[in-house]
Order: sequence, then structure tokens, then C-alpha cells
Amino acid sequence: MKNRVVCYFSAAQSEQPIIYQLIKDYDLVVNILKADINPQKEGYLVVELEGKREKYKAGVDYLKSLGIHVEPLSETVVWSEEICIQCGACPSFCPTQALDLDRETMMVSFDNSKCIVCGMCLDCCPTRAIKLYFEVREAV
Amino acid sequence: MAHQKTYEEINEKIKRGEAVVVTAEEVIDIVAEQGLEKAAREIDVVTTGTFGPMCSSGVFLNFGHSRPRIKMSKVWLNGVEAYAGVAAVDAYLGAAQLPENDPENKVYPGRFSYGGGHVIHDLLAGKEIRLEAIGYGTDCYPNKKVDTIIKLEDLNEAILFNPRNAYQNYNCAVNLSDRTIYTYMGIVKPNLGNASYSTSGQLSPLLNDPYYKTIGVGTRIFLGGGIGYVAWNGTQHHPNVLRGENGVPKVGAGTLAVIGDLKQMDPNWLVGLSYIGYGATMAVGIGIPIPILDEEILSFAAVKDEDIYCPIVDYSEGYPYGKSIDLGFANFKELKSGKITINGKEIISTPQSSIYRARRIASTLKEWIKAGSFELSKPVAPLPSADAKIEFKSIPERNPNGNR
Repeated sequence: MKNRVVCYFSAAQSEQPIIYQLIKDYDLVVNILKADINPQKEGYLVVELEGKREKYKAGVDYLKSLGIHVEPLSETVVWSEEICIQCGACPSFCPTQALDLDRETMMVSFDNSKCIVCGMCLDCCPTRAIKLYFEVREAV
Repeated sequence: MAHQKTYEEINEKIKRGEAVVVTAEEVIDIVAEQGLEKAAREIDVVTTGTFGPMCSSGVFLNFGHSRPRIKMSKVWLNGVEAYAGVAAVDAYLGAAQLPENDPENKVYPGRFSYGGGHVIHDLLAGKEIRLEAIGYGTDCYPNKKVDTIIKLEDLNEAILFNPRNAYQNYNCAVNLSDRTIYTYMGIVKPNLGNASYSTSGQLSPLLNDPYYKTIGVGTRIFLGGGIGYVAWNGTQHHPNVLRGENGVPKVGAGTLAVIGDLKQMDPNWLVGLSYIGYGATMAVGIGIPIPILDEEILSFAAVKDEDIYCPIVDYSEGYPYGKSIDLGFANFKELKSGKITINGKEIISTPQSSIYRARRIASTLKEWIKAGSFELSKPVAPLPSADAKIEFKSIPERNPNGNR
């Protein structure tokens, strides 16, 4: 199974080599989509976990056993058609073609289901028409 | 004898609602089907369009007087400084100006979320703008401080005056280094990760009139969703450059200074932009009609993307340090397809200029002309063309403390 989750961790937990453990002990494919750690070493990690069902569950239980809050990632990238000027820069940076430029009409479109929340589009958009709406709470 | 038309004849047809107007894209197939001679007889006007970042843009503002009066020595609009070194309550707000205390690139790459271009867009959108001004106080202008809220309608004049717009061709930016760079051409990924370009190619005004045979001082244009005029050649106008056999410059060449009343423009066509790691600027919409006075002018206006080339330039070393690194040229058909080939490597091409919007400008201008609401103006003076001896100068390196 494959899931995208948000892991919230405290300063003590950020010292743990959790990615290493998830890969080595639980045989999970780990794809880090976004991570943010503040100067107090609290933060969150948005991660895609892929592996056998029982391993996946054991891996998530391992995270929880460390006191890390694990929550599913809700749909988060929003593209505003009203703000977009159709320059067409963002598809060059989108690794999954969620943002696409139709070569006939030269119009940009966004398919949320293909988005992996890598965030490259946020930086390259000159009108800031693309925004990330994380369901991220204050670090715990 | 080749068929010729005059501005007056074309305007008469526009007034009668009989003018044949097509866009710079539509004209390509028409010329291919009918041939130049027949098409030149039938077509009266070809409309062009471009919509992209144009940093050298801004607006002259007159705020009206306060009571008591003030001679403004410093002016800020939403915290963004406007140049106040003109008369008492006049100022010039530049599109690339950043707010006071903007973090700039102190945390690299900086965000540049707001700047002069955003203020111009907000003004045009009818938003309330905070106006702050200080002055040193004189007998005739005793007031030393103004802090108030204004809207566009409160201003006496708001005159968009852009010293350099509509660049005739531009570099295609690549990055030969091993780190991501943040430029006015957007994010350019390392090791030839992408190639960023910015013109509308076969739709672009000056690429359709490469020798400025019809576009000159006084040409009436679509500017920011309203009507504007070509005021002069733009800054860095450099027409005597390398050109293809079709006359189209293969590198950056001519530019336009344009002017118009901001109050009759539309916020959709003047949009503030934020380039990460670079700065703030503004996207400007410009459309220029080309009167088809003869076959030669039509042949220029029928130029195709595959016959327009731009130079591929390295922005990690080549551009910033003025090093000459030959990476060849790319044509706009390739660039618009999404991939170009450099040194045998296929590279993603990244547009900065909106083709969709350029098409909308060209078709809007076409509709205005067909409806009789936009007549063509004959230039009152030509722009310097390829035969002008214009030198592209750099800043001289001299020691102000002697030793010249």
C-alpha cells in the first residue's frame, strides 16, 4: 500500500533516525515530499510511504511509539485560475504533469490527483497563483 | 506594380466597418494559401500581441495638493517608494521597486512578494492604497507629512510610462553550473536542466515589423487593456544587430517606450509579478496593429515561429559576467513545443511570456479595429532602424579620484 502522511515531531524526536529505521526495519519505500523543522527542532515531515500492508502498519506504529503524530495528508495544492496569467512556466517544474500546458491552446491546467506536493511550482509561479494549503498544526 | 495602401485608406475602411483585420498567427496560413500579392490586397491590418514581464515600466502620478501644501521629497505607496524628485506632488512609481525593509535576498532566494508592479495593479483594481509622504517644509509648501488612503479615482493623473517594453527578441536562458539559479528569466535548473525564454514569437509586435517600417513614434497601441501610444524608442534600443535572411533580429534588438492613461486600463493586463531570488516586476500587455501598406510589410508580418531564432545564453557565468559562451540559437517552434536540443541533449523549455494572453490581446485589438473603435495612427517620426549607427554601450570604468 502507498500513502501520503504528515508526521509531527518534537525536538527530542527529530534526533531519531526515523527514515533509516523505516527503510531498514520495515522495508518501506520512503519519499520525502516536504520537511520543515524550526530552530527549536520541532517540525513536520510530509512523506510518502510505500510497502506491504503489514510492514506499512508496523512502520506507522513504530512512528507512533516514538510519540510522533501521524496524520493522513489532505489535498493541499490549490491553483487559482483567476490569478494565473497562463505564462506556462510551472509545468517545466512539475515532476508528475499535474500542472500541464496544452500546446494547442497554450493554457495551463492543474490535475490535483496527480500532485505529489513537492512544492516546486510554488517558487516558480510569478503571480503566486499556486498555493499550498497544508493541514499543518503548530509543531507538537 | 505592387499594390499599395495608405493609412488614410485603411482608416476609411475601418470607419466603414469594412477593414479586413487578422492576427499575426492567422495571417501565416492566409499568405501561404493566397500568396503575398493577393493577401496584401485583401488584408488591411495584422494585429500582434505580447504579455510578459517588462521590468522597465512604471507610472507618473499626481496626487493633488494637501492643505496646507507639501513639497514631497519622499513618497511611499503601500510602503513602496516612488521617486519624488519631480514637482511638489508628482512622483514616478517603478514596477521593480521593493517595499522599504523588504528582506530582498538576505534569506536566499528571497520571495519578493510585493513591489511597484503590484501597487500599480492594485491601484488599477480600485483598491485602497496607503499614501505616505514627507517634505522638508518651505514657505510655499509648509506641510511636512502626509499619511492617508488614496484610490486611483482620487488622483489627478496616472500616466503609465514604460521606458523599455516589447523587446524585439530576447535571450533563452540556460544554466551550465551545478546549482539552481534564480533570475529574471525565472528558476533555471543546473546542468542545462531547462531553457527559459520570453517572447511571443510570431505574435510579437517588433518581430512582425523587424525594420520598424510601420511602428514609430505616435503609433496607437493596445496598452494594459486600454489605449496607449509609442512614445519613443525604448532604452537599450539597438537595431543594428545580427539578423536572419528574413530581416528578423537573432538577438535582443529594438525596444519601445510606451505611454498611456492608466485610468482607462484594465488590471488583467498589468499584473504584479514576483520572481523568487530576483525581485518584483510587472507583466504588461501590449498589442500593436500593423497596417498592410504593401507586400513587403505583409511578408514581414507573416513571419513564422520556425523562422525566428533567439540566442541560448548561459545565466550562471555567461550573462552575469559577460563571458562569451557559444550555445547557438533556438527557434520559437521548438521552444513552444516544450523541448529544445542543446549539444545533443534534449532540454525542457520554460516560457515566461504568456502565449495564451498574447493571442487574446491580438484578437481583442482585431475586434476593436473591426468595430471601428480603434483607428490606426501614422507615426510622426520613425524609430532608428538597422542602418542607424547605434552603439550598445557599457558603464565606463574610470576612477573618480583621478588617474583617468
